[in-house]
Amino acid sequence: MAQRIVIDPVTRIEGHAKITIQLDDAGEVADAHFHVTQVRGFEKFVEGRPFHEMPSLMARICGICPVSHLVASAKACDELLAVEIPETATKLRQILNLAQMIQSHALSFFYLSSPDLLLGMDEVPEKRSLFGVAEADPVLARDGVRLRQIGQTIIELLGGKRIHPGWVVPGGVNAPLSEDARDAMLAMIPEGLDIARRTLEWYRTVLPYFEDEIATFANVKTLFMGLTNAENTLEFYDGPVRIINGTGEVIADQLSADHYTEFLQEAVEPWSFLKTPFYRPMGYPDGVYRVGPLARLNIVGRCGTPRADEYLGLFREQDTQSSFHYHTARLIEIMYGLEKVGMLLREPDILSKRTRAVAEPNRSWGVGISEAPRGTLLHHYEIDDNGLITRANLIIATGNNNYAMDRGVYEVAKRYVRGGSLNDGMLNRVESIIRAFDPCLSCSTHAVGQMPMQVELLTPNGEVVEVLKR
Amino acid sequence: MTRVVTLKIDDIDATGREDETVLEVALEHGIQIPRLCALEGLTPVGACRLCLVEIEGTGRLLPACTTRVAEGMVVKTNSERLRKYRRMTIEMLFAEGNHVCSVCVVNGRCELQDLAVRLGVDHIRIPYLYPKRAVDASHERFALDPNRCVLCTRCVRVCGEIEGAHTWDLMSRGIDSAVITDLHTPWGESDTCTTCGKCVQVCPTGALFEKGMAVGEMTKRASFLATLAASREDGR
Ligand code: FES
Repeated sequence: MAQRIVIDPVTRIEGHAKITIQLDDAGEVADAHFHVTQVRGFEKFVEGRPFHEMPSLMARICGICPVSHLVASAKACDELLAVEIPETATKLRQILNLAQMIQSHALSFFYLSSPDLLLGMDEVPEKRSLFGVAEADPVLARDGVRLRQIGQTIIELLGGKRIHPGWVVPGGVNAPLSEDARDAMLAMIPEGLDIARRTLEWYRTVLPYFEDEIATFANVKTLFMGLTNAENTLEFYDGPVRIINGTGEVIADQLSADHYTEFLQEAVEPWSFLKTPFYRPMGYPDGVYRVGPLARLNIVGRCGTPRADEYLGLFREQDTQSSFHYHTARLIEIMYGLEKVGMLLREPDILSKRTRAVAEPNRSWGVGISEAPRGTLLHHYEIDDNGLITRANLIIATGNNNYAMDRGVYEVAKRYVRGGSLNDGMLNRVESIIRAFDPCLSCSTHAVGQMPMQVELLTPNGEVVEVLKR
Repeated sequence: MTRVVTLKIDDIDATGREDETVLEVALEHGIQIPRLCALEGLTPVGACRLCLVEIEGTGRLLPACTTRVAEGMVVKTNSERLRKYRRMTIEMLFAEGNHVCSVCVVNGRCELQDLAVRLGVDHIRIPYLYPKRAVDASHERFALDPNRCVLCTRCVRVCGEIEGAHTWDLMSRGIDSAVITDLHTPWGESDTCTTCGKCVQVCPTGALFEKGMAVGEMTKRASFLATLAASREDGR
């Protein structure tokens, strides 16, 4: 008899989602979907608010990557002022954005995914957490905690607090960097770099155990999208958009975020509240793309910092289409982030007192784009003559990966799930493909979630035949 | 000649002039009473009811800011009953507007927020009303966010009594009450507003603010008022 398996909610991800797997009469996977089930409506309720509130308001979309929203939002507001912000302010915002990436990547890799990588996909669920990791490999667990702390501490030293700092404002940042804070940050970098290297070396040794997963994990051909710069190196703060195809060919380059509606469009699927953007000239679904660490490392020539570039080979010798390598790319980006923060902190003008441009609104619309840990993030605002928001549109990093996540779930379910002998390891693999993308669903739908896991086996008319609880 | 009276406030022997209010005499003796609408230099109106005190021999609670002292009065300013009512008043103020401190220009420097903290308001037990109120940002330098207005009328009084422009006024009744400029026309179109900014400085919350301020960036300076009022009395 045909059956439906529901994984709800999906565990060890940020936000709330559900997976359904439809089995046919023979117990084989017929179809599977990734459902994002909540809506929060930020775009609507900011209407009528003064645009100066936007960075702080929009940061509330997420408690994990508030800084990403702060940065993209402040950049959109800079555009409304139509000013060039002081160079020091740009550098300080870049450091903040990179620190955010470091802490978020550390959270994703060490807290959420390392249990699968260290203990294996089939480990018992009670062990499959950071606590299980701490038991089996205390150094790895401690490294993860410390790395996240380094990122968070940099954010705190810059913005005054770890979550939702009010320091980034339209026109720049509202306080310059002190010498003490700079030195405190610089002092943490070497330790961070050691951790990054140690982790990459360990990761190199476990990769061979996951050949099968690497081959199946959303190994779909899609386009990749991300920001670039004139040096063709990793870019997190600004720069034109580049899109490449599955074979690495550049199909669009130097795209300006201001004209994003010309090259991006959003599709709506009935199974999810999360919209699916695609590259407009190629239509849907041919034009779907992936963003984030995997996409960024695929579109650039090199990372742009010496240690990260050393490890770029480790990534490039892999099948760079497989979403499993989001993990690989994430570790390399942590290395890059730490190096780049160090470089920026050593810039001669980093302590300059000139960090804010003051102006009245001079334009009626603005688009801010940046790279969040999970990928390209875009905030678009329109204001009336008095500076009140009339329209807001957000394209959230995680949303960009919606299609790839959905298809990834299907591929993995098809490979691992057998109706007759349902077991926990199978279902964990289905979840872990989602974890590879490190989606932040609170951001993308703007929802919060709590995640014990329950799997239900349903008949086609919805009758529950089996419940699997963790 | 004004007489001097003696009274007891919270078991302290106090003296004051008979034309003074309980609030004034209490402050002179170092006793703080929570308040939102009273401000030194402006005529008291008793609008917010946070300064309510117990006076022996009177069944009702009376606002300290508008009640005159009298010989032999026995006043309690901080009983459990008063604290309960004050917390309730603060809760109702929060429930009636849309006070989102985390994105407010005066976050960390707000009189309403301070009072809530001081009085131990950690929950709002009554349902929020979520009124729909539009921001008026038509003025070139200032803006009014009625979502954060507690109807203390300090703006109305400072504009009428000190600046003499009388741009601000109150409109409607009950839950529909609101502060308005001129005859309920956009602030930016006001003929009477002198753009002096006094209303913005005396506003206890983020309802009136300077444009261009991001979250938590605005500090209100109401201290000019007492000096100004005093020098006028002196005829200087
Ligand atoms: S201060 Fe007395 S009623 Fe407001």
